[in-house]
Amino acid sequence: MAAAVDETPGVRSLVLDCPGWPGHLPGQHVDVRLTAEDGYQAQRSYSIATPADGTRLTLTIERIADGEVSPYLADELRPGDGLELRGPIGGWFVWEPALGGPLQLVGGGSGVVPLMAMLRARAAAGADIPARLLLSARSWDEVIYRDELERLGAGGGLEVRFALTRAQPPGWTGYARRIDHDMLGEVAWSPEEMPRSFVCGPTGLVEAATRALVELGHDPATVKAERFGPTGGPG
Amino acid sequence: MGFVSRGFRGRRRADGPPGRVPPGQYVVTDFPVLSAGPTPDVPLDEWRFTIAGEVDDPVSWSWDEFRALPSERVTKDIHCVTKWSKLDTDWEGVSLDVLLDGVDTAAEYALARSYGGYTTNLPLEDLLDGKAWVAYAFGGAPLEPEHGGPARLLVPHLYFWKSAKWVTGIDLLAADRPGFWENYGYHNYGDPWLEQRYAGD
Repeated sequence: MAAAVDETPGVRSLVLDCPGWPGHLPGQHVDVRLTAEDGYQAQRSYSIATPADGTRLTLTIERIADGEVSPYLADELRPGDGLELRGPIGGWFVWEPALGGPLQLVGGGSGVVPLMAMLRARAAAGADIPARLLLSARSWDEVIYRDELERLGAGGGLEVRFALTRAQPPGWTGYARRIDHDMLGEVAWSPEEMPRSFVCGPTGLVEAATRALVELGHDPATVKAERFGPTGGPG
Repeated sequence: MGFVSRGFRGRRRADGPPGRVPPGQYVVTDFPVLSAGPTPDVPLDEWRFTIAGEVDDPVSWSWDEFRALPSERVTKDIHCVTKWSKLDTDWEGVSLDVLLDGVDTAAEYALARSYGGYTTNLPLEDLLDGKAWVAYAFGGAPLEPEHGGPARLLVPHLYFWKSAKWVTGIDLLAADRPGFWENYGYHNYGDPWLEQRYAGD
């Protein structure tokens, strides 16, 4: 690990240098394996938060209170420590600028991580591909990448909307409820614009958002989903 | 001993009886939902299950015909490639032995097909001899749509992505053909006890 960045009170990004890293597509994930001195091992999957950049990649870790791996990564790992990871994994929930848009991103909590890799790839390519992000979080202080999202959203071509489900700052003009059908009807691209939709978050949010997008007329085949628990990937 | 994660001890949860949890897995008590797209809405009066491919005559069942077949209640451990295992899960379904009874085929491979377009492949022998079911109930209640209802494949001896949700048929094939996740780098067979997670394992 080269560096760590505190994102929110419960979330830390790990900047890793991985010699021999073969590159990856935004949206892919890695398996992290921890090994104790007696050989005991634990593995979990984490989305990559950054587009391909040589041997450098960033994982963003949400600390799961009763978790086994995330507290170690979020609290214990220090710059200079080694980490075993395998990847990149997954080829379905991916987007790169060459695929074009419009891009419709819907995230909840740390579900923003793979979506952020897509938005950072879009920005790094200088792409003017139209993109919209609807991101749900419990409160303003729990919005991961908040400053960067506001900055990217001010750059043109990307519209960022927030839904704060538990607490809102004074004067809040954004949404103050969970993502639902009506909200997506207001902020999502219309089906005629044929967006590529990516939805990532806890199961309840993903079920609600993907169902709403299909009800709004989007072809289910264009709506890609990644659901967690603490993990991602197939069943 | 190879790499050690400095300061990592692990929680060493009590992971159930010895021999029940494959390497690299941990036990959950909830039932995580993982799928790649929207949950399809499949009305029972439109549901069909069809066995086709390398057969002289495809066979097909409506929901009522399928539910009239002999069924079983089975208790199985299931193992997801994303590392969770769930022990003693309670299913009701129709054995593939029943569905394939009387189907004359020289095929050695099967490709399960689902509503929504999902596919997964496995050797035909892994569907036979009491190893696989088309399950329509979980825990004594109709299978929830997000868990694959109305009916899903249940092949508990392989990683759970092989247990296709929303299954609507099986194509019997002379040659193996990779399914959805198998085309995205996941292992072609997926034995959890051999930790066959990804291609090359």
